[in-house]
Amino acid sequence: MGKTLFDKIWDSHLVTQVGDDTQVLYIDRHFIHEVTSPQAFAGLEQRGIPVFRTQQTIATADHNVPTRNQHLPIQEELSRFQVDKLTENCGKFGVELYGLGHEYQGIVHVIGPELGITQPGMTIVCGDSHTSTHGAFGCIAFGIGTSQVEQTLATQCVLQRKPKRMRINVDGELQAGVTAKDIILYIISKLTASGGTGHFVEYAGSAIRSLSMEGRMTICNMSIEMGARGGMIAPDQTTVDYIRGRKFAPKGAAFEAAAAQWATLYSDEDAVFDQEHHFRAEDIEPMVTFGTNPGMGIGISQQVPEANGNTTFRKSLQYMGLQEGQLMKGQKINHVFIGSCTNSRIEDLRAVAAFVAGRKKAPHVQVMVVPGSKQVEKQAVEEGLDRVFREAGFDFREPGCSACLGMNEDKVPAGEYCVSTSNRNFEGRQGPGARTILASPLMAAATAIYGELVDVREALRTQAN
Amino acid sequence: MEPFKQLNSTAVPLPIEEVDTDQIIPARFLKATTREGFGDNLFRDWRYHSDGSPKEGFVLNSPVYKGQILVAGSNFGCGSSREHAAWALYDYGFRAVVSSFFADIFRGNALNNGLLPVQVSPGFLDEVLQAIEQDPAAEFRIDLEQQQFIIVGTGAAASFEIDAYKKHCLLNGLDDIDYLLSIRDKIEDFERKRQAALPTAH
Repeated sequence: MGKTLFDKIWDSHLVTQVGDDTQVLYIDRHFIHEVTSPQAFAGLEQRGIPVFRTQQTIATADHNVPTRNQHLPIQEELSRFQVDKLTENCGKFGVELYGLGHEYQGIVHVIGPELGITQPGMTIVCGDSHTSTHGAFGCIAFGIGTSQVEQTLATQCVLQRKPKRMRINVDGELQAGVTAKDIILYIISKLTASGGTGHFVEYAGSAIRSLSMEGRMTICNMSIEMGARGGMIAPDQTTVDYIRGRKFAPKGAAFEAAAAQWATLYSDEDAVFDQEHHFRAEDIEPMVTFGTNPGMGIGISQQVPEANGNTTFRKSLQYMGLQEGQLMKGQKINHVFIGSCTNSRIEDLRAVAAFVAGRKKAPHVQVMVVPGSKQVEKQAVEEGLDRVFREAGFDFREPGCSACLGMNEDKVPAGEYCVSTSNRNFEGRQGPGARTILASPLMAAATAIYGELVDVREALRTQAN
Repeated sequence: MEPFKQLNSTAVPLPIEEVDTDQIIPARFLKATTREGFGDNLFRDWRYHSDGSPKEGFVLNSPVYKGQILVAGSNFGCGSSREHAAWALYDYGFRAVVSSFFADIFRGNALNNGLLPVQVSPGFLDEVLQAIEQDPAAEFRIDLEQQQFIIVGTGAAASFEIDAYKKHCLLNGLDDIDYLLSIRDKIEDFERKRQAALPTAH
C-alpha cells in the first residue's frame, strides 16, 4: 500500500515509540515568541539545562508588540516586561532573535516562509496553533503548548500520538472575487469547527494547485479552525520557485539536491486516507462568518441559518446581534482589520490596494492595515501601497499580531462590528464584546469602501464598467 | 506534576458547546511570565463585567455549584494552543473536565498539567448534567486506574479512553520532559543517521 505525504514525513522523523500509541517525533525547526516561551525557558533554568539545538530554534516578538512607534520603548509595562524577557532568554540561551527593530521581525508564521527557513519535508512546531501555516510547503507543522515548547527546547523532540489522515480535494475554477480565504472558510463551514479533530489534513485538487504559495498558506493556516492538528499541500514547482533565492534557503547545487528530494514528497496514488472530502471551486462564494466560531460561515448571498433549538447557536447570534434568516449583505460595519498570520502578506496587501486605489473609505469606518513583517512592510512601501492606503484613509501600521487577538492596544470596541481578515471570530477575541466577521482581504477592502458588507463580485463588476 | 489517581467531588456545570480557549483565558491576560495566578481570570468575560463586578448568572459566581470537576459541552478547548487555559482551570481548582469532545491541543496541554480530560458519550454527558441539575451536591468519582467516571448517586458509570503512556505519567506524576531527557542518546543517534541519509535535512 502506498504512503500519504503525511506518513512519509512523519515516519522519517520518528525517533522511537513509547507504548502503543505515543511516538517521539524529531523536530527540524522550532519557532518561539514572547507569549508562550517564558515559562519554558524558566523550566530549563530550573533544571540547569541548555537549549539542545540553538541552530534549529528561531525567535521573534509578534503577539504582544505595539503596531505604532516600535522604535520607542513599549509603554504598557507587562507587555514590555514580556518582550524584554524574550530578549533576555534568547541572549542567555544563544537563540537567534528577530526582535523589535530587526529587519526580519514579524508574525512568526509570516517570517519563517519569507526567510526560506520553512522548507518542504520538515517538521515544524511553535507555541501557536497557527503553526499549521507552514504546511503549505509540504511540512508537518503544528501548534504546541508551553510544556512541549520546553520539551522541544530541551530535546528537539515532542511526544505525539500519530493523527489520522484526511484529504480535502477542491477541484475546478474559482469565480472572480473568490480567494483562498473563501475556500478555507467554505470548507470549515461544511466540516464544522470540530470536523478535523484528530486528523492531519492534506489539501489537494486543481483549485489548490493553482494557488500561489501565499494563498496556500492562508488555507493551511486555518486548518486548526476545524480542529485539525495541521494542514499540508504537496510541494510542486510553485513551491520550489517561491523558496529559491530566499535568505536561508540552500544555495546552488545544495538547492538543486534539496529540490530533487522535495519532488518525492507527495501522496502515492494508492495511499489511503481515513477520511476524504470533495468540493467544487465553482460552488464557493465570497464567504463571511455570522457567529462566534469559524465554522459559522455562509456565502455572502445567503441568509443566516435557523437555530433549530440549539442554545449555543442562539447564544452566538445574540452575542453577534444578528437574526436567524437575515442577509449578511448590507450589514453596517464600523471597523476593518487587514492583517494576521492568515492574510497580512504582500499579495494580500496588493489585492486590497488594487481594489481601493484612488478611492476613499466610508466615513464611519476605521480601517487598520497591519503588515505581517518588516519585509512585507518594506515591500509595500517600495510598491507605493502605503500611499494608496493613506489616501484611502486607512491606518497603515507596523508589523505584529495586533487586533487578531487583541493582546496589545489594537482592539475593537464592545458591540461594534469588525470585518477581519484574521482567523478567529470567538467572543471577545478582538476585545471584550467585539463582534468579528471573518472574510477575505478583498471583502474587507470592499467593506472599507462601502461601509457595509457587499458582494465583492458585484463590486468588481461595477468597477470594471 | 501532582499525581492523579482518584477524585471524588461535586461538579460545576457549563452546558455550552465550543468553549474556546479565548473564553477560558482571554489573550489580554497572557502577559505573565510564570504559570501561577491565571485562575483569577478564568472565564474572565463570562464571569465579570467590564468594571470587575461579578456577573450574577455565571456558574462560577453561583454559591450553589462547587467542585473540582467542570462539566462542559462538546469541542471544549478549541482554538488557541495557549497552555494558559489548562493552567487557569487548574489554578482555579479544577482537576478534571468532563465533555463529549475535546480539542486536540487542549487535551494534550491538560494532560501535561495533571488536569484530566474525561471524554464521555453525548448521552452520558446529558445524564451527568441532569444529575447536577437535580442535586447540585451530587457526588462523582473518577478512577483513573480503572478509567471510570461514576455518578455516585445512581451508580451509573462510563469508561473513558486515555493513552497508556499519559495514564502512566498522570498516575505517577511524571512529566514528558523527564522521559525525553532520558533518551537523549537515542535522539542524537537519530540525528546522525538522518544527517547521513539526508544531508539537506538541517
